[in-house]
Amino acid sequence: MTNLIYLIPFLPLLAFALITLFANKNKKLSGLIAIAAIASSWIISWIVFYQAWTDHHFHEHPISLPLISIPTGASELTLGFTVDSLTAVMLFMVPFVCLMIFIYAWGYMGIGKPAAAEGGHGGGRGWPAGPENVDPLASRFFAYISLFACGMLGLVLADNLVLLFVFWEIMGLCSYLLISFWFARKYDDPKRIMPKQAGFKAFITTRIGDAIMFSGMMLLYAAAAVLTNGQAGLTFSALFQPEVLAGLQSVAVPVFGTLATLIAILIFWGAIGKSAQFPLHVWLPDAMEGPTPVSALIHAATMVSAGVYLIIRMYPLMIAGATPTLTFIGVIGAFTALFAAIIAVSQTDIKRVLAFSTISQLGFMFAALGIGAYVAATFHLITHAFFKAMLFLSSGSVIHGMEHGEHHAHEHGHHEVAGFDPNDMRYMGGLRKKMPGTFIAFLVGGLALSGFPLITAGFWSKDEILAEAYYRLSHGDAIGVLPVFAFFALVIAAFFTAFYTWRQITMTFMGKPRTESAASASESSLPMVAPLLILAVFTLLLGFVGVHEDFPTLGPLLGGNPFHHFIGGLAETLGIEAATIPFSWLPVLFSTVLALGGIGLGWWVYGRAGRGWQTHDQLDPLEAGMRKVGLGGLYNAMRRKFYFDELYNIIFVRFSLWLSRAAAWFDRTVIDGVVNGVGRFGAWLAHISSRFDSRFIDGIVNGLGSLANKAGGALRLVQTGQGQTYLLVALLTVLLLLALFAVQVAGIGVVG
Amino acid sequence: MASFNEWILTLTVFTPLAAAIVVLFLPRSNERLIKLWSIAISIIPLALTIYMLVNYYTGHIPNGGGMQYEVKLSWIPQLNSFYHLGADGLSVPLLFLTALLSTLGLYYSSFTIKKRVKEFFFLFLLLEMGMMGVFVALDFVLFYVFWEIGLVPMYFLIGIWGQAKDRPRYAAIKFFIYTLVGSVAMLLAILAVYFATNTFDIMEAVRLQPFAGNLTIASLVFWGFMLAFMIKVPSFPFHTWLPDAHTAAPTAGSVILAGVLLKLGAYGIIRIVLPMLPQAFSHWAIPIVILGVIGIVYGAFVCIAQTDLKRLIAYSSVSHMGYVMLGLGAAAAGISKMAEPGMTDSMAMAINGATLQMFNHGLITGGLFFLVGVIYERSHTRELSMFGGLSAKTPAYYGIFMVVAFASLGLPGLAGFWAEFFTFRGAFDIVTVWAAIGVIGIVATAGYILYRIIQSLFLGEYDPHKVDHWTDMKDGQEKHEPGDMVSFEKLVMWPLVILIIILGVFPTPLVDFFNQAAESIINAL
Repeated sequence: MTNLIYLIPFLPLLAFALITLFANKNKKLSGLIAIAAIASSWIISWIVFYQAWTDHHFHEHPISLPLISIPTGASELTLGFTVDSLTAVMLFMVPFVCLMIFIYAWGYMGIGKPAAAEGGHGGGRGWPAGPENVDPLASRFFAYISLFACGMLGLVLADNLVLLFVFWEIMGLCSYLLISFWFARKYDDPKRIMPKQAGFKAFITTRIGDAIMFSGMMLLYAAAAVLTNGQAGLTFSALFQPEVLAGLQSVAVPVFGTLATLIAILIFWGAIGKSAQFPLHVWLPDAMEGPTPVSALIHAATMVSAGVYLIIRMYPLMIAGATPTLTFIGVIGAFTALFAAIIAVSQTDIKRVLAFSTISQLGFMFAALGIGAYVAATFHLITHAFFKAMLFLSSGSVIHGMEHGEHHAHEHGHHEVAGFDPNDMRYMGGLRKKMPGTFIAFLVGGLALSGFPLITAGFWSKDEILAEAYYRLSHGDAIGVLPVFAFFALVIAAFFTAFYTWRQITMTFMGKPRTESAASASESSLPMVAPLLILAVFTLLLGFVGVHEDFPTLGPLLGGNPFHHFIGGLAETLGIEAATIPFSWLPVLFSTVLALGGIGLGWWVYGRAGRGWQTHDQLDPLEAGMRKVGLGGLYNAMRRKFYFDELYNIIFVRFSLWLSRAAAWFDRTVIDGVVNGVGRFGAWLAHISSRFDSRFIDGIVNGLGSLANKAGGALRLVQTGQGQTYLLVALLTVLLLLALFAVQVAGIGVVG
Repeated sequence: MASFNEWILTLTVFTPLAAAIVVLFLPRSNERLIKLWSIAISIIPLALTIYMLVNYYTGHIPNGGGMQYEVKLSWIPQLNSFYHLGADGLSVPLLFLTALLSTLGLYYSSFTIKKRVKEFFFLFLLLEMGMMGVFVALDFVLFYVFWEIGLVPMYFLIGIWGQAKDRPRYAAIKFFIYTLVGSVAMLLAILAVYFATNTFDIMEAVRLQPFAGNLTIASLVFWGFMLAFMIKVPSFPFHTWLPDAHTAAPTAGSVILAGVLLKLGAYGIIRIVLPMLPQAFSHWAIPIVILGVIGIVYGAFVCIAQTDLKRLIAYSSVSHMGYVMLGLGAAAAGISKMAEPGMTDSMAMAINGATLQMFNHGLITGGLFFLVGVIYERSHTRELSMFGGLSAKTPAYYGIFMVVAFASLGLPGLAGFWAEFFTFRGAFDIVTVWAAIGVIGIVATAGYILYRIIQSLFLGEYDPHKVDHWTDMKDGQEKHEPGDMVSFEKLVMWPLVILIIILGVFPTPLVDFFNQAAESIINAL
């Protein structure tokens, strides 16, 4: 049975290879191969998960599977797979969400629909197909997402940091390929980022984080090798031995204090990039240029949460990094949670709101890890993946519905308003009647995201983070100001979350349609709606595995927090403090008030009859309100994402381009100039010396000249005057120097 | 079999020479025969190197490796110089790489070389012989002779078959003179070694450790060798011959230049300088490391500014060979600290990283130059701004190019990654700060691969007005649309792509070879 685990990442990889090599002309077959592969991986994964979940001593004996080993001098670098409690819960989430999204993609890519007529934009390759047609590169799409699934599944199975990094980067590649999937797409608005640019931006931004993480990994590898006599490699279990961690802590480095702190912070930068945390958050909103299943899969449920997974996985090292590391993680997380939530309030693109929401929720997880809430972070990672994937898929369904509506309206002679964008919520409204399935899913997801009490998974996981923060705040932990900052930042962020979620639901589904397209929209096909509803069920039920065991009535009824026991057991074996904190009403009350307050305010601003959004071209009521009280500048800044794109464009992009041009100029002018100068000087010198000592030089020149002639036509092929001069000069120099040096060295030799 | 093993290196090296001589006697008009003969005969050394790979892996690596297939015959007794050949874990993979790229280059050229076919194939085979010889020569005179033999055919390949607009004569002369300057320095160093040890035998000279204790003379000799090798690598600041030579050279010439010739320099450092002059190398290690790091970062930034695809890839070689210099410099910097725990392993990893980079860069950049040839044969331009949207038009070209380009970027799962990984692993332990600066190169590399190459060639919308005549590779006619890769081009690329993927997923067998060589060098220090 355990050997089947190898198949979990291998099957999607096989699907990628099969589609690329053999099925690239057959879109239906490509889709079938991809879905069959991920479905098989899912079944194996859930069997593995079931065995792990029901085994109460699983955390004591994780499964390990060897893969390869590479010789490194006298030692070896061994790579393999492992399944422990953390991997098991990831195996519960990842393949299932993947499967749902793959099925959804079948509908989204229009498999089974007719191909678009040739012509137009390069036969439509690299452009989104219309709602009535199949995407001309659908096979490629299924190949890419299969490769991605391999990357994510391999990542959670890796038993060492190298292999994790390998899969981490493969996911980065897939993210790049899929964001720029519609590589030919252009917009009328020249300021709007094109998919190809967005893909590049994503790759290069995360690569900055990856390069820093890579440095940390290298330092860790070298230091661990010294501490364990080359035995450790980068295997997690070997790295987390107490003597290794203590050894890392005992090495002092400037600025950071200890080597453990330095390495931990460097590795955390990888997570900052991958999970789009401040200050490397800029790529994720633009990653929404990719097809929506990609946004759901990669940029919400799986890849971006791999950063959180990395820190959970490396948590013993983060603890060894001590207060500076944990404070850094916590501050970045809490700040990002609040920062992104504020931006989300002002966005009008349905997917970009969700993108900022993802950044914000990932910030919650990092904040949790910063304050030591190991289990809570893991729990939120899992629940968030389900409801955020569902929200993205719903938004994709909405966009499809709007495109259908536009198409339909167009056929009836209606021209859409100027600036119409099927992604823009200002042009929607009233879609609940047209798209009831999507509406239900979005509503459930939105409530979960807002943290609607008791019935949604988001409530339980977010509540746990707030409870942990509150506990540490009220018990005056030694960590210092972090719990205070984290608690208040997260509380405000949670409030904003509820607010912008309800704004989004109102703008999209409530009220009356604001455009022809919205009025003519229609529900998406079954392969798209069915996964939504399945995910909705999980969103409602999943939270119950992590309810605090002392929560009145529910706690004991639901088995006394099995999730905490499952992950907490692993934490204990790793020496991580993960005891259940005492139950307290106050944070629960806080969570409830925040969620309901945010939702209420959202309704009050946007949803009341006769107010809120009435027409597509009106001012946002929030904007109007803020302008009235003199906060217009702040609203502009929010809308423009606090100008980070512009700032980075100047300090990184333009600077790099300038630097590269400067380097190229330097190369051509200075370095090559010196080379050419030396060459000319040599030729000149030969000329002078030939006059000076014509007999000696001439003799050899003539001799060599005749030699060259004898050598046949070969040399004559490039007979330029300059060329021959160079050649002769060179040969002469050789002979002269040779003779000179031989005499000298012989002299030295005699003396010696 | 003993006698066969004794003659296998001679056969491998001189079969191309014999074939080249036969080419001279083939009728000039019968181009088909010349091509067929050259390709067919080049399979012999390829088969022999594959035999050696298998034989060495199964027979010698488990037993500690060392020099195998040795042959030592009296050659120039007056000079005490021998015909001494041998191959170890370092040579054998490089021999294979040379034979593979030569066969692929000959095959590719048989479709694309239209003028002076006889001379081209003659020179190409001669070139193969010279390169092979360097990798197996264990006598300084022999080494020098092979080293120079490689120079001449390359000079003509660039000068004759270059495109007129790329200034081939200037490029060829520059390449020739520049390398010759290095050769002079090397020759002086060789003579110095000879006068100190009274032998031209490389292994013997290594054993005798000449100039040990005399840092001044050792440094002079060290820089004599290093000048030759660093020009060949090419290391910053001796690299400017490379972009010119590459741009001008015909496709197969560029492939061999990047794939094999650049490795001769690095090979010389590992075979001769590191084991023979460890003290001097240790003394000068940090400058070498710095030049390597500058090469990585500076080369990558220069790439970002390039507008000519071939020139860009040429500069990427400067950046990628910087890793080799970084790895070797780091290993040398570790010599003085060998007593520290874990140091010898770090040194081995630094050397392994460098040698892996040599091999993988040969596959990857060799492949990239073939791919440049593919697009150039069709469009007759290499200006990146002339392309766009080819992802939709030529999917096979796109797919293969992506694999090779991402391998060049160092994407894990493809061959380039492990070289960077082990280079940095060694370097981070020994020369931490410089290695950390080198990491900037990782980001900048992603910049030019994605921003310059992939975005310019494949993404965006195909614009039919930019290049209005595309040569169809099947019938030679001018068309209005680019055609996808044809079978001979795919056949050339498949072995490279497969090796890039296999060595990316499972690098162990190749590392086994190099690690064994690195271990024996380090143990001897």
